Amino acid sequence: MKNKILPIILIVIFLLIFVIFYYGLRNSNIYIPKTNIEKVIPSFEVKLFGSKKKINSEKIFKDDKYYLLNIWASWCIPCRDEHSFLMNLRNQKNIDIIGLNYKDDNLNAKKFLEELGSPYKTILSDTDGLISIEWGAYGVPETFLIYKKKIIKKIIGPLNENSLSDIKSLIE
Amino acid sequence: MKNLKYLIIVIILFNFSMLQAQDLHNKITKNLRCLICQGQSVYDSDSEFANSLKLLVRNKLNEGQNEKQIYAYLKNRYGEWITYDPEFDKNTYFLWLLPILMFLIGGAIIFKRFIIRKN
Repeated sequence: MKNKILPIILIVIFLLIFVIFYYGLRNSNIYIPKTNIEKVIPSFEVKLFGSKKKINSEKIFKDDKYYLLNIWASWCIPCRDEHSFLMNLRNQKNIDIIGLNYKDDNLNAKKFLEELGSPYKTILSDTDGLISIEWGAYGVPETFLIYKKKIIKKIIGPLNENSLSDIKSLIE
Repeated sequence: MKNLKYLIIVIILFNFSMLQAQDLHNKITKNLRCLICQGQSVYDSDSEFANSLKLLVRNKLNEGQNEKQIYAYLKNRYGEWITYDPEFDKNTYFLWLLPILMFLIGGAIIFKRFIIRKN
């Protein structure tokens, strides 16, 4: 009797470990944030860029239009790279680009826009990074595509040709 | 003289409560993963992201929110990965229950070997 139990236990343990490792090792252990979750956009009070006036976010994002929220800063090098893509999108009719200036110096940010042009319809100011956290953002640059007060696409890092054509196909 | 005594008590109580608040703040930020750093907690990191999170935790604590509410707020935005403690759900049943199971099996073996055999 005893001789039989031991091999059975060993086989069961072996199988258990096999199954755990099989599933555990098959999953990628590199963390990738989810980028196409449909989430309702947060509601917050925010300062307008270059002024002391505060505005409620509900007044910015309306129902019937596509919005692109772009988090940027003048000190962020990849933001320079993606700027041409944003300028390209500015001419599209059914989308408004909203800028969120992240932990930036006002003068530097203004210089940045004078130099490269401003694709933004409205620019908001996030001096301490708390509004970016409200959006679930990691840093700069980061871009959210919004429709009917929902985030329909999120791009972490600079925009490129692919993400630009993705956005264009989504808003058509 | 009497007033001085009261003043000292008030100051001590104030310091004590500040210290406790700081402790809780440290505890929470140590349990938050700095998502853009490698292998660092928000407490350890000095990145822009981590600094904003520290400020956020402080603000939320000042508003009177507790630890759980802050974790829930952040999990809602960044997913479960942001905390170091894994949640108890169907993916982690095994993780949480295996040590207890092993402890019970070990106990049963000891019980069987030494206590039943003696009798």
